[in-house]
Amino acid sequence: MKIVKEALAGTLESSDLLVKVSPGPGAGLEVVISSEVMQQFGLQIDHVVRDTLARLGVTAGLVVVEDKGALDCAIRARVQTAVIRGAEAQTIDWSALS
Amino acid sequence: MKLRRSMLFLPGANAAMLSTAFVYKPDSIMFDLEDAVSLREKDSARLLVFHALQLPVYRETETVVRINPLNTPFGLPDLEAAVRAGVDVVRLPKTDCAEDVEVLEREVERIERACGREIGSTRLMAAIESASGVINALAIAKASPRLIGIALAGFDYVMDMQTERGDGTELFYARCAVLHAARAAKIDAFDVVWSDLNDEAGFLKEVDLIKRLGFNGKSLINPRQIELLHNAYAPTEEEVEYAGRVVSAAAEGERKGLGVVSLNGKMIDGPVIDHARRVLQRAEASGTRK
Repeated sequence: MKIVKEALAGTLESSDLLVKVSPGPGAGLEVVISSEVMQQFGLQIDHVVRDTLARLGVTAGLVVVEDKGALDCAIRARVQTAVIRGAEAQTIDWSALS
Repeated sequence: MKLRRSMLFLPGANAAMLSTAFVYKPDSIMFDLEDAVSLREKDSARLLVFHALQLPVYRETETVVRINPLNTPFGLPDLEAAVRAGVDVVRLPKTDCAEDVEVLEREVERIERACGREIGSTRLMAAIESASGVINALAIAKASPRLIGIALAGFDYVMDMQTERGDGTELFYARCAVLHAARAAKIDAFDVVWSDLNDEAGFLKEVDLIKRLGFNGKSLINPRQIELLHNAYAPTEEEVEYAGRVVSAAAEGERKGLGVVSLNGKMIDGPVIDHARRVLQRAEASGTRK
């Protein structure tokens, strides 16, 4: 999927996260993560975010994640929603979301 | 016999509640993609529920997803998410006639085939929310072998009837019609939500009424209501003691090859034994009434 516009998904409530995607300044993919539990779970959050983006075929753009202690399932859902919104996708490939 | 006393509504867009609701241990958890989700968050709620359904913590609890009506742009994508994620039951809102269930069933089967899920493994329930739905309750209840139950949804129904929620008089016919349809179709019946969380006495009065009418349980909007409901549905110690004697006497009669047995001079037949088993099941689930 190609991110063609800025898009948001999620909230800043506890156990949730806010994901902002945009086409980005460069050609590659940049992921910026901040979290209340960065020290304990930063690597895991980074892994889930990048894995979710890879399954969606996102190779370029800026992805900013502000985490408030969300579970992996919420991270995947919010990243997917932001990307689908940012790509203006009209159809969903469910196999890429599992 | 699956116990379905409490069906807890969870707003599908709330990440925190979706991640933790299993701790409250209702009989069924219902992820709501319809009224509890604003139009602009339908897409994000759908994906949150899609992933929450796959959490191992929900394997022990029956999961239900209330999708949007299939005549909206959200209904089919909701159904795709729910079926593909392995939901136990899909709840169809605003069911007015048997054809609504038949259309849903066809779509569910299509998705099951597409994703490799066992055909027939997705169960259904229909919510009746209008005068037409109440009139057609029996046809709705018999519309699909996948149906596990039908539910009365009070708010939309009283609006359709041009009245408002009160002491229950306004729901009397609908409750009886839905309940009879469910029983005739041998499926479960669920009562309306009680929305005034601060009126515990009113909630318990309504629970007592619907329990005596014969409803399997009730849709709930707050975890605080679960224990109250389960306790109200729990049998008394005397009821448990008598049910135990009934089941023992029935087992003894079966060992002796007797068609009918008696306990203290009273005949014990199939319905009495079934009732006794339900009493013991409720006692096993939540003890005796406090």
